[in-house]
Amino acid sequence: MSVTQHISYDALNSLKEVMEDDFNFLIETFLHDSEDRLGKLHELLGGDDVDAIRRASHSFKGSCSNLGALRLASLCAALERKAFDRNIADLAVDLAEIEEEFLIVKQIMLDFLAH
Amino acid sequence: MNDLRSLKILVADDTDTDRLILETIVRKEGHQVFSAKNGLEAVAIFQQEHPDIVLLDALMPEMDGFDAARQIKNLAGDELVPIIFLTSLQDTDSLVHCLDAGGDDFLSKPYNRVILKAKIKSFNRMRGLHNTMITQRDQLAQHHQRLLQEQAVAKQVFDNVAHSGCLNASNVRYFLSSLAVFNGDVVVAGIRPNGNMMVLLGDFTGHGLPAAIGAMPLASTFYGMVNKGFSMSDVLCEINKKLKTILPIGLFCCATMIDFNFRRKRIKVWNGGLPAGMIYRHLDRSVIPLRSTHLPLGVLPEKSFKDDVQLYDLDEGDRIFMWSDGIHEARNPAGDMYGEERLLEVLAQANEPAIIFDEILTSVKNFIGSGEQDDDLSMIEIRMDAPEHLQHPNHYFVHQQQQLPVEWELRFEVKPTSFKSFDPLSFLLNILTEEPDLRSFSGSLYTILAELYSNALEHGVLGLSGDIKKSPEGFAEYYAQREKLLNEIATGFVHIYFAYSSNIDGGSLTLRVEDSGAGFDYSALQGKPLSTIGYSGRGIGIVEKLCKTVRYYGSGNKVEVVFAWVNDD
Repeated sequence: MSVTQHISYDALNSLKEVMEDDFNFLIETFLHDSEDRLGKLHELLGGDDVDAIRRASHSFKGSCSNLGALRLASLCAALERKAFDRNIADLAVDLAEIEEEFLIVKQIMLDFLAH
Repeated sequence: MNDLRSLKILVADDTDTDRLILETIVRKEGHQVFSAKNGLEAVAIFQQEHPDIVLLDALMPEMDGFDAARQIKNLAGDELVPIIFLTSLQDTDSLVHCLDAGGDDFLSKPYNRVILKAKIKSFNRMRGLHNTMITQRDQLAQHHQRLLQEQAVAKQVFDNVAHSGCLNASNVRYFLSSLAVFNGDVVVAGIRPNGNMMVLLGDFTGHGLPAAIGAMPLASTFYGMVNKGFSMSDVLCEINKKLKTILPIGLFCCATMIDFNFRRKRIKVWNGGLPAGMIYRHLDRSVIPLRSTHLPLGVLPEKSFKDDVQLYDLDEGDRIFMWSDGIHEARNPAGDMYGEERLLEVLAQANEPAIIFDEILTSVKNFIGSGEQDDDLSMIEIRMDAPEHLQHPNHYFVHQQQQLPVEWELRFEVKPTSFKSFDPLSFLLNILTEEPDLRSFSGSLYTILAELYSNALEHGVLGLSGDIKKSPEGFAEYYAQREKLLNEIATGFVHIYFAYSSNIDGGSLTLRVEDSGAGFDYSALQGKPLSTIGYSGRGIGIVEKLCKTVRYYGSGNKVEVVFAWVNDD
């Protein structure tokens, strides 16, 4: 899988252009928030509030798409869809996929910042 | 208003990164940004800062975007505060939910700077249009309010003029919408000094102020003249002349005017352009239409105006109905007009004359049903009644007084110093036409006076011979001599004497003119018309035609004529 399937550099570059000095802060906030979100999703998967799972994955999907994390956004969308359909069978598998993808995105973003 | 620099934009999103991106984009476009992390904060900031545009995330803690949108729209009231939902929601239901809550548009993630800029610009333009619309709506409401106030004032002034008459007399019933004058309808009724009642129903072309504007001169002319005893012809001619002068082309007044002589139980009717009024004869229940035979008032110039009237003899208890076209043109829900046939049907079915008026109104209202209520039905009923039965709160029907004979005499002398400069004719004519009975004969009286006075002055006092005028050159010679003699004259007189006598049936005016001249031999004339022997040219022939008698006496320096008339109204 090539890097551009995980991240849209166009999106990152235009964000960098808009945010200027705040770009680093934006990425750091995203990475930090995302870790919080993943922790929150883990908690929710232990409970039975499917709607909370739907909302959390929806919100995560939105911020991923804004940051150009295309595959992460679509994995969140898949989780959101399942929660919406009350299809709770293999949610832990989906979350594991999301966590794996997040680690890739995190590495790419940190590389981008160091560049 | 279109200065994008000045916009205040509220951004509400609970996701820090999303909010941070949006804030930065919006700020870079030059706008002032206010941030909220949830719906509650968004509503609070909205109340405090009154932003121009709101960017609202749909899913937020505390209060979601839908509730926040509803509250913000509620707080904004009349003002257009565009709400753009920030959403990655895709399903139709969610998007519809956003719009139902008061959202105006969406901005989907990932955010696109160009699209956001375009949306802000577009919504700002819409805000401008909306503000213009609101301002104009308020102006319109203000104008309308002012129009109503002005109409109320105008109506008050008009009512003071129009209702100074006898519409409340015991034999009159009428139905008029409260603002009828702005529908162009006008009803005036007054009592003449001889006890006759004169009623005029008019319908001006058009609606609103243009239709109302002619009603004022019509009413004031009507009352001014009716109260002074002018005849119906005089009143009609004067109103026609006035309206013709003041109204623009295309604006005129369809009218029916009726003069009620209660003593003789006779009416005179003139109808110019109104739907036929109806006489309802209660004895045989017959109906006589009073059809229009003239052009409306204000159409023809004075000289071609026709004032001929129709006379009807009525019985006590007969009723006359007049209406404008509001009844005929009233429409039912199917769009059919009420028309004259239905009116005639109501009259044909009537059993009790006293309630025909109500039956017509009920019939028209039932016909209209749920159709559009045109508020311009105007109708008036006048009952032929015995003069002693007529009552009115503000009017005395002073018929007895008016029927008393009136007699007076007047002597008048023109002195030699005034022959050249003083014209007694219009002076005397003004006195004579103070008598209501003589008013309509002012033209004839002037002719008689002028002829007799100039004969007395020129042939009598100055001694000029009429023979001089028999040739064309003679005319100039005659007037040269006249001018010369007038400058020289130092003695002489012309006496003028009037004896007036009138009663309800008519009267006579005896006019005697005596001059200081030598007179002439009139013995040959006795018993023959003066004009047949060519005496004094043309003038005296006209006097003979106008007067009952013309008689010379004394040495021929005195002439007496009797002008007589019969009251037929």
